Amino acid sequence: MPHINLPEGLPGISAGFAYRPETAKPMRELAHLLLHEPNSLSAGERELIATYVSSRNCTTFCVMSHGAAAARHLGSDSIVEKVKADFLSAPISAKLKALLVIAGKVQEDGKLVTEADVQAARVLGATDMEIHDTVLIAAAFSMYNRYVDGLGTIQPSDPEMYAQMGKHLAEKGYTTPSVRQPVEV
Amino acid sequence: MPHIDLPTEHAGIRSGFAFRPDTAKPMNELVEILLAGPSTLSKGERELIATYVSSRNCTHYCHSIHGMIAAAHLGGDELLVKQVKTDFMQAQISPKLKSLLVIAGKVQQDGKLVKSEDIETARTLGATDMEIHDTVLIAAAFCMYNRYVDGLGTVQPEDEAPYRERGREVAQKGYVRMSSEYLGLEPVGRS
Repeated sequence: MPHINLPEGLPGISAGFAYRPETAKPMRELAHLLLHEPNSLSAGERELIATYVSSRNCTTFCVMSHGAAAARHLGSDSIVEKVKADFLSAPISAKLKALLVIAGKVQEDGKLVTEADVQAARVLGATDMEIHDTVLIAAAFSMYNRYVDGLGTIQPSDPEMYAQMGKHLAEKGYTTPSVRQPVEV
Repeated sequence: MPHIDLPTEHAGIRSGFAFRPDTAKPMNELVEILLAGPSTLSKGERELIATYVSSRNCTHYCHSIHGMIAAAHLGGDELLVKQVKTDFMQAQISPKLKSLLVIAGKVQQDGKLVKSEDIETARTLGATDMEIHDTVLIAAAFCMYNRYVDGLGTVQPEDEAPYRERGREVAQKGYVRMSSEYLGLEPVGRS
């Protein structure tokens, strides 16, 4: 049960966003810029970074919704599952693996990122902007995850709801609500 | 030394903001609403929450600058800010703020650690739902800002004096107006 009087029937971050639209606006814009706008990292790759960080933070709503968006972009559920379970053996590029190492460290503590981690990513072709965005995606999901968990939001386990959200997020991005109707909880 | 080629004329988060101004914009707007926008929590109280979370994340730049902004709002009381960083239970702050700092400290670690008892305690001491919401979001947001500052390997000066000076200015002008000076963005209204 949510800790405060959030709008009923809205799952996860949608409830916090509906509760305080003023703060929702920049939070939505940031996610849209980082995950949806054109970038030299594909939207699928960026959603995988968001999913991986959310998975390390054990925030079901974010893992499932961004995992669904990643699967939609990549046309594959199994890549997403492999990235969550053991990304080093997942069928993704060596560059993305190097970026996920950096993201995992930022998720824990930004100070853990070493020059060697950054160098490894560079050697595999990562640009400064891609490294910047990886750090910021991991940092931003350290916020979104804590917001979703810290409010005690409802986090359904129904894959169908997340599949619909993933479709919306992959096609339209983050500036409009991806959950249209209240869900039964 | 920064991990990537950040502009050298800025320290801490400002170097990341100057590197990518379009992501800086919503990040600045969020902090402006949370810490400087209309709220039943005072600006000093909200800056103390941001300072406390940044201190727990050991992000020198953030706990120094927000500590100085908090002090500027609290009549220059830097000692109070230091007490909040080291042992807030003994600090001269309201029981309500202490109960909100308990919640913030849990969110800093993991949002799932917040229990209904923590919320009940804060409510009994007069906290509203919106104040609890904002406490959770301030703590969550500083887990982002802190990781951004540390994860880019930004320069975080040791000397207190520049933080004191800038802290007074930010307390007076707010975040978006300060950032527009070096980002070249149009100042935006609070939404």
